Parts: sequence; structure tokens; C-alpha cells
Amino acid sequence: MVERKRSFQVLPVRSALHNPNWPLVLLWSASLIVVALILLPIAYLVIRALGSSDAFASLSQARTWQIMFNSLALAVASALCSMLIGLPLAWLVVRSDLPWRRFWNTLAPLPLVLPSFVAAYLYISVLGPRGMLQQLLEGPFQINRLPSIYGFWGALFTLSMLTYPYVFLSTRAALSQIDPALEEAGRSLGLGPWRTFWRVTLPQLRPALGSAALLVALYSLRDFGAVALMRYTTFTRAIYTQYNSFDRSQAAFLALLLIGMTIVLISLEARLFVRTRTSGSLQTSLRQSAPLRLGIWRWPALLFCGLIIGLSLLLPISVLGYWLVRGLLAGETLASVGSAIRGSLLASAVGALFCVIAALPVSILVARWPSRWSKLIERLIYIGFALPGIAIALALVFFGIQYARPLYQSFSMLMIAYTILFVPQAVGALRSALLRIHISLEESARSLGSSPLAVFWRVTLPLMRPGLLAAASLTFLTAMKELPITLLLAPTGFRTLATIVWSSVSEAYFARAAAPALLIVLLSSLPLALLNRNNTA
Amino acid sequence: MLLPRRLSAQFVMLFAALILSACSSSAATVASPQVIRETVEVQVTAPPQIIEATVEVPVPADPGSLVIYSGRSEALVAPIIAQFAEATGIDVEVRYGSTAEIAATLLEEGSNSPADVFFAQDPGGVGAVAKAGLLAKLPAETLNLVPERFRSPEGTWTGVSGRARVVVYNTATLTPEDLPADIYDFINPEWSGRIGFAPSNASFQTMVTAMRLTWGEEKTRAWLEGLKANQPVLLENNNAVVQAAAAGEIDAGFVNHYYLYRFLKEEGESFGARNHFLTGSGPGSLIMTASIGRLANGPNEENAIRFINFLLSPVAQQYFSAQTYEYPLVDGVVTQAGLPPLSELESSALDIDISTLDDVQGTTALIRDVGLLE
Repeated sequence: MVERKRSFQVLPVRSALHNPNWPLVLLWSASLIVVALILLPIAYLVIRALGSSDAFASLSQARTWQIMFNSLALAVASALCSMLIGLPLAWLVVRSDLPWRRFWNTLAPLPLVLPSFVAAYLYISVLGPRGMLQQLLEGPFQINRLPSIYGFWGALFTLSMLTYPYVFLSTRAALSQIDPALEEAGRSLGLGPWRTFWRVTLPQLRPALGSAALLVALYSLRDFGAVALMRYTTFTRAIYTQYNSFDRSQAAFLALLLIGMTIVLISLEARLFVRTRTSGSLQTSLRQSAPLRLGIWRWPALLFCGLIIGLSLLLPISVLGYWLVRGLLAGETLASVGSAIRGSLLASAVGALFCVIAALPVSILVARWPSRWSKLIERLIYIGFALPGIAIALALVFFGIQYARPLYQSFSMLMIAYTILFVPQAVGALRSALLRIHISLEESARSLGSSPLAVFWRVTLPLMRPGLLAAASLTFLTAMKELPITLLLAPTGFRTLATIVWSSVSEAYFARAAAPALLIVLLSSLPLALLNRNNTA
Repeated sequence: MLLPRRLSAQFVMLFAALILSACSSSAATVASPQVIRETVEVQVTAPPQIIEATVEVPVPADPGSLVIYSGRSEALVAPIIAQFAEATGIDVEVRYGSTAEIAATLLEEGSNSPADVFFAQDPGGVGAVAKAGLLAKLPAETLNLVPERFRSPEGTWTGVSGRARVVVYNTATLTPEDLPADIYDFINPEWSGRIGFAPSNASFQTMVTAMRLTWGEEKTRAWLEGLKANQPVLLENNNAVVQAAAAGEIDAGFVNHYYLYRFLKEEGESFGARNHFLTGSGPGSLIMTASIGRLANGPNEENAIRFINFLLSPVAQQYFSAQTYEYPLVDGVVTQAGLPPLSELESSALDIDISTLDDVQGTTALIRDVGLLE
């Protein structure tokens, strides 16, 4: 059966080569426009880095290499950790008879919406020195010092808690679309459940795992909030330090080194998670395999789910609630959030739309016309995701004010910036959705006389619906917490919930930060609920 | 035609001692400044001092607009900006960000910037923009409101409110008597493993710049190396330093004075840290200012100057004093009780012009060289 499937994968390439046609031209031009956008920040950084002669001097310093090692270590470790959390969680929710599956399924993706500086703050106030946990333990157990949360482990912990949903979401989507016949065949040939998973299921999950792990690694590279508060120095933190001393050239040079590291990680992913281009099943409605009985294993499984959801979601939310109540009792006035709710919803929703539209041509190209060049485009697109937001923002300030004055500080400009930043997330989700649609469905529509556009509109797009929804929600969630770009590029006076949270936390007004932070979680759960319904239906 | 409008505000100044005792137990509603004829009601356990500040704000017939780039956070300055907008009818738009982010944005925008004024958290921010030639000279009558050492000698920017460097200490392990009078003495081995600060923070770096100017490069380097040898806890920002001191993670830390009061307000009297002013120690009690400058190519010159004048008016100055616990820079404004008067810090401190403190890059190079900064 596996053999039969493999024979399909050469088809699209051949048909593309034999019938070069205008849809392909259209796709290429659209994709190249997206790539050009992604290249803007890089061009800006090169211009800035060349502005100073001593920028390159930092290459000879041991410290620069130490920071590089720090960044890579954190990126790789958080990618690993998020897989160790996200993969079993997704498997338990989709494939086992774990109790309260709906509950876990709904809550598991939510930590993604917490801004990392908020999450880090919350973890420090609970797990840090003289934090809430220690105060609890002090009385009864006389424990006066907890292991320090700061440094590599604290940063890794915070980032893993925030990013495992990337792995969870993409694994869940992939798992629910694997043809159960494959696993049944494995079982009938005498493989145990464990070996079936390793030899049949896991290989099919590899593309989904790979792109999610890459997103997590790049997220860790570009993150500032968590590493800064956990006192762990990565490239992004060093870049911010440079901006703090108004040295834009040095900052740009470090950002270029960061891009270099991104390229290393992207090729690492390509090597480790070789794209097995399995074509989708011919069945249009997949039957679900019967849930696996956990038996006695349900207890450790429940403990695992409870621990992860507790630490990643319930703990932060409880502390936010505590801040809110404590502040209200002390007579704190809350910031008005009306306009910020509108701003957040508008920017995130339209941003998601922009990203999905930009990601469509790229992912079609990558999924249907795989070639060296389309692969290159796909990889280039990931670069934007690893750049600190401030570098992208300043690049658009630089180009916008000189060459696109009417667009400068307009809502459209903000959406373009969101697209640069978030398009790889959308491409990942759309590509896997496309790969799961069998090419012969499109081909039979073609052979019945439909034009390529009609096929796309009436066959491909409807079949992609879960993927489109996933891409849009992922972008929505991450745009909801975006900060530096929104601050610098949005129309002046534009407020979002994240900007209020940032402004309040940075001045130690915790109660004022709590209400908008809780609202972010609440509003973000709306598209997730939609996604869940779609996924379980 | 200008129609003057009287703007008055009542402020409640709490004595520091009262803050400490009142906050945990009662609902101390510290009111925002109010526009004319609105009364502020405040309930505290002891009667606070109530101050009324008044200013006449000219209301232009055609108010027009004003674009503010603010490196000071919304939580601190939005109320006073809103009051200005309401009183004058000017359509005020504000872009908030960190001072460094906003400064970098202004430098990228260059002469095309839509901004009228840059309200920065520290002199380094406006200094960097002024160096690029983007700020215009302010009128003499505006500049003269502020003591000379708190504004740029070229007249391109002025301080608005002040904050002092202090030592924040853990009250369980230390009393003020245990603390040295001079910040230099923190390099003594007895402080090994007990101190913390935020080396990437602009205020810390400005203090080091002041040290370079008063102590000279060598002594400053010796101090930084001495600190390093004492294995300090390096924190991200001033908040973190105050929290670390309260948590007992460090015994003493170098911060700006006003963060403590916000923690006291939210967490109450049990908060485990207090400030100590190094009144006899030169750069250790440096006064820094939040500063403002006008962009030379800003489209709304008159409104920009109106706004800057308003920030230096008694109403705004009293706001900063009462609501953000900062030092007012203009005469005749009441300072929070519990803070040593500015003059006391001033006389003991240094005779340096705040505008000479703009060599941020030289300072970060030194701190980095010593190994306290990435």
C-alpha cells in the first residue's frame, strides 16, 4: 500500500513540466512578491551594518560566539522539549481513550496566546526566589531556597510552555488525517502498538513535526521577553542591548548573524525531517481509527496532561486573576480597554487574512510543484520569523518613509509587517493541508474540463478548509500578542491589549496589566474553539 | 484668537509614612488630576495634604493637532496628556514605545518624521536624536522654567521630571545604617554576592557616565571591576532589582527611587524593600530627568511648544510629583513627603550638567569591556 502511494508523488512534477501554463506563472509571481517582502528587512540590516566599520569587530570576540552558542542551545532544546510535550499530548487527545479528551483538546493550544514577557513574569513570581511557591513551602516544610529559575533552564521552561502548542496543533491535524488502514496493516503484520507508532505513524508525522519544531526553534531565537526576564543572553537580547545604547549598526550586524543561524536551523530541519511527500488518501471522508485503550496507563497519562495544562495555562491565569483581585482590593483603577479590544481584534483578524492570502501561492507552489527553487522560496520565508520584531519594524520605517510615504504608519503597513513576520506559520499549515489532498481529485476535475482556477476554487479550496482555518487561527493568536511592530508601525494612537499589558507591566502596575492579559487569553480562545469544532467534526 | 482657560487640579500628597501604613489596610484612592471644578475625594486613614495646582492654558481658536512620540509608558503619562488634549481641544495622538525603540524610529525617519515632540524616559534618548540634528531649539521662556543643569545647553531639549538613583535594600537583612555613604564602597568584599543591578538599563548606564565624568575613567573602571568581583546579580530592569531586593535574593540594589512606591502601593506595607538615598556620595545619588524635545520638522510647532510648556506648568509638575512619585523640576511644586528635597541631593551630588551625560556608547563599551554586559 505504501508502495502504491509513492508512485503518485512524481505526477505533479511531470504534469507541471509538460504543461507550463499561466497559473504557474501567476503562482510564481505572487510567491516572489512575498519573498521580496521578506527580503526587505535583510536589505535594511545590510545597509545599517555597512554603516559602521567596527560592527564586524564583534566577530573576533569570544563573547559573540558564546552568545551564538547560547542562542542555538536554547533554540534546539526548546524545539526538542516542545516535541516531547506536544507530540504525546496530541496523540493522547486524538488516538487514545483518555478521559476528558475534549477538555484537554480545548485547553492545550491556549498557552500560545500568552505574551512571553508576561509568562516569564508570572513564572518568576511563582517559582522565583521568595516567590509564591517558596512562601507556601516555607511554613510547613522549612524550605528556604528553591533551585534558581534563572538562566538557561528558566528560559527553556518558559519557552517550552509557550511553544508546545505549535507541535500539538500540527501533530493533531496530521494524526487525525492519517489513513487508519496503514496502522491496521502494520498491526495485522504483527507489529505491537508501540512499534506501529514508531514505524508507521511517526514517519507520517515527520513533515508536520519538522515544520512545527522549526517554528519553535525560530520563536526561541527571536524571543526577547522570556530570555530577558530569565536573564539568559541570546542574540535577540544582545540586539536589544545595542538598541538601548543607540547603536543601530552593531544591532544590525548581530541581527545578520542571527539570520545566518536561522539558515543553519532551517537546513538542519530539512535534513532531519526529510520531506516524505506522501500524497493524501483517495478517501475524501476519513474514518477515524478506534481509540486505543490506555488501560492502567490512563493514570500517568492524565497526570501528564494535568501537569502540562496546569503549568502552562492554569498557573499563569490564576496569578493574573490574583493580581487583578489584589489590585482591585487596593483601589487600583483599571485601564480602559474598549479601544484596545477593537484594535487587537481588528489587527489580528485582518493580519490573519493577509497572511493566509500571502501564504496560499507559496504553499501551492511548494506542495504541487516541488523543485529546488520552490524549496528555496519556502526556506527564505522562514527567515522573517526568526528576526526580532524591532528589526522588521525599523526596516519598514526605513523603506516606508522613503518609498511608500502614503502607506507609512497606516493600517496596511502594519498588515504588511505582520505578513512578513507570520507568513511561515501560515505556509506550514497550508502546505500540510495541501499535501493531504490527493492530486488525482484535482486531476479528474481538470480532465472533466474545468479550468485550473475553477478546480482550485471548487475542489482544492473547499478540501483545504481545515488547513485554512488552522493557518488563520495560528496567525490570529500570535498577532494578538505581538508588540514591537505594533508599537512602531501601527497608526499613531492605535492601541491593542498587548500594548496596554506591556505598558503596565514595565511600570510595575500589575493589576492594570492583568485585565487586558486575561482578555487576550479569552479572545484568543474564540478562534481556537472554532478550530476545535472543525477538527473534531 | 486665544481664549485662556483655567485648568486646575487637586492633588493628594501622601506622606511616605502614610503610604506605608495606609496602603495595605485601606482603599487609598489616589485621584487623577481633574479639570476645573471637579472635586477629588480621597479616603485614607489619616488626613492627606491636599494641594491645588492651577494653570492657564491658552485655547487656540483652531486647535489643530499634535503628534507625540513617547518613550515614557502609557501607564505613566497618558492621564496628563489626556488632560492637555481636553483642555485645549487639540487633537493629540501619541505613539508609545520604549525610549530606545522610539529613538531608533526617529533616527530612521529622519527629517520626514510625522512627530512633533519626543518625550523620552532619559536624557540619553533625546540626546541621541538631538545629535542627529533632528531637534529644534526651544524658546528661552520655556527653557528658563527649568534649572540650567536639567536641560540641554544647546536648548534643544529640557528635563520634565526627575528621578534619583538610590540604593534599594532588603529590610529583613539591613537597616539604612548598614549601608555605605558612598556607592563606591559597594566594591568592598563584604558585599560579595549580596548586590544586584540592571547593567543594560539606561538609568544605570547614565549613572556610570556620571561616574566617568566625576571620578574619571580609571576609578569608574575600578568600581565596575570591583562590582564584578563581588558577583552581583545582573537583572533586566529596575523593577526586577526592586523585586529581587524585596525577595531577599539580593540585600541591596542600585535603582531609581520611584519604582519602590508603586510596589508599596500594590503590595502594601509588607513589601520587603525600602529606598536609601546616598546623600553624600556624588554619582550614587545622580538626578536624571525624563526629557522632551521638539522635532525640527514637526508640522505643528506651536502646539508642540504649548505641550512642552504645559508639562512644565504647576499642574503637570504636580501630577508627576503626586502620581508618579517623581521630582518636579519647576519651583513652587510640592515634592512627595519622605523624599529628601532635590536641593539636598543636588548640593551633595555633582556639579555636572545632565546634558553631558550623553556618551551612552562610551559607557556601554566600558561596562561591556569589564564583562558586566553582553
